[in-house]
Amino acid sequence: MSGATTAALRVERLRFGYGGTTVLDGIDLAVAEGSFLALLGPSGSGKSTLLRLIAGLESPERGRVLAGNRPVAGPGVERAEVFQNYALFPWMRVVDNVAEGVRKARPGIARTAARARAADYLERVGLPGVAESYPFELSGGMQQRAAIARALALESPFLLMDEPFGALDPVNRARLQDLLVELWQGRAPRPTVVFVTHDVDEALLLADRVAVLGASPGRVIADFAVPFERPRSRAALFGDHRFHALRESIAEALDADTLARLAAA
Amino acid sequence: MSASRTFRVLPGFHLTLGYTLAYLSLIVLLPLAAVFLKSASLSAAEFWHVISAPRVVATYRLSFGVSLAAAAINAVFGLMLAWSLVRYSFPGKRFVDALIDLPFALPTAVAGIALTALYAKNGWIGQYLEPQGIQVAFKPLGVLVALVFIGLPFVVRTVQPVLEDLDTELEEAAASLGAQRWQIFRHVILPVLLPALLTGFALAFARAVGEYGSVIFIAGNIPMVSEITPLMIITKLEQYDYAGATAIAVVMLVLSFLLLLLINGLQAWTAKRTGRDR
Repeated sequence: MSGATTAALRVERLRFGYGGTTVLDGIDLAVAEGSFLALLGPSGSGKSTLLRLIAGLESPERGRVLAGNRPVAGPGVERAEVFQNYALFPWMRVVDNVAEGVRKARPGIARTAARARAADYLERVGLPGVAESYPFELSGGMQQRAAIARALALESPFLLMDEPFGALDPVNRARLQDLLVELWQGRAPRPTVVFVTHDVDEALLLADRVAVLGASPGRVIADFAVPFERPRSRAALFGDHRFHALRESIAEALDADTLARLAAA
Repeated sequence: MSASRTFRVLPGFHLTLGYTLAYLSLIVLLPLAAVFLKSASLSAAEFWHVISAPRVVATYRLSFGVSLAAAAINAVFGLMLAWSLVRYSFPGKRFVDALIDLPFALPTAVAGIALTALYAKNGWIGQYLEPQGIQVAFKPLGVLVALVFIGLPFVVRTVQPVLEDLDTELEEAAASLGAQRWQIFRHVILPVLLPALLTGFALAFARAVGEYGSVIFIAGNIPMVSEITPLMIITKLEQYDYAGATAIAVVMLVLSFLLLLLINGLQAWTAKRTGRDR
């Protein structure tokens, strides 16, 4: 029943625009259950907007998003989200930031149980001992760890991430990439991840599949399966000729899109 | 003198402090001290007699009660106005934005005449309210209308910049964690806005307590019903009873000061609770 071919998330003929401009048009995607999809594209390709549509933070002009066979009509706890700027509530202690989400996801759970679960998740993301701190007392990397803990603690079937490591320094980014994969793999069943990034190497390191978006209007211009077996290491990846070939193909797809746009203008 | 000195690009701490204190003394403290001094020319019994006269006590109740009510009304509707101005774009938005400042700029007497013309028995609005048994002009309700009018910009202009800085990502995070709309407002937006809202409330209240021009037209100044405290002070002055006027002024000053202290304390408390990241 839970075959790997089941599409947990479906985007059908999606179109979206602000005012007169069309941001996204003709988006069709099917994401297999428990897989990791990277949405890759230059700025202006609408990749973040596509994620917001999947999250239910925007409504499409046309087409629809199906999550677990149900059309998305708004935000919901079954689609946990990690934001680029962490979006931790500054007036809540770190543990309460996580625990509040748990209480929303599981109405009726006792406050102490929610806090215990929150503390457990904070430990899993490598943040023991900061539960009682306020977010502003934490570094950017630690805040994003807390935000990841908050999203994971919901134990949702979907995990949506909008350039979550974009604001971090390279060392922290690498650590959090590894942590994310480890936590995602460690959960059964694995959540279906949609991960927005503009970093080709990040997409190839993390994802099972990379959907490349072109700009004006945003649409899927290429779709690559990422063949590397897990666990992946950066060293092995850089030594693998397929990695470089994939990188090359993605760059070509993006260049072709840019050239086509320039020629049309 | 100090063990460690912080480097400052611009020199002149002593100059700045000296100037600040001298300026404040000259502009604020000296006139206030004069009020206290003048009222001290009365004996304690005389002082008490002036400030506890039933007609004067009725004005305290009206002035402070209606000012608080007006500030509260402005806090609610000013927040809504600021919200629609910041969060939505609509035709004529800039015009509406400019309109907010009008109560600031308008001479208060003009506002008073305009409001009286509207709300008097035969006024545009008053003629419809009168048959319903609602009398606005020459009643405490009229005072409220005037004070709401002049206090509006204070709330809008203090809340607006904070609302503009408010990151929508927090609201979206709350929504994605399953919070309902009112929960987002109550738990995400309001805590951040509360300090600014309280400041706006305090300013609108302070302005309302001191307001004279717009109120005296619409209030009708009926003793024990619609007289405000500043009017009592003016009445005493017109009777050359300077000591009596300053005695009432002292009561106003002390009451206003205590209320503002309370609001500021509340504001500081909420700011500490909610604004930890800034």
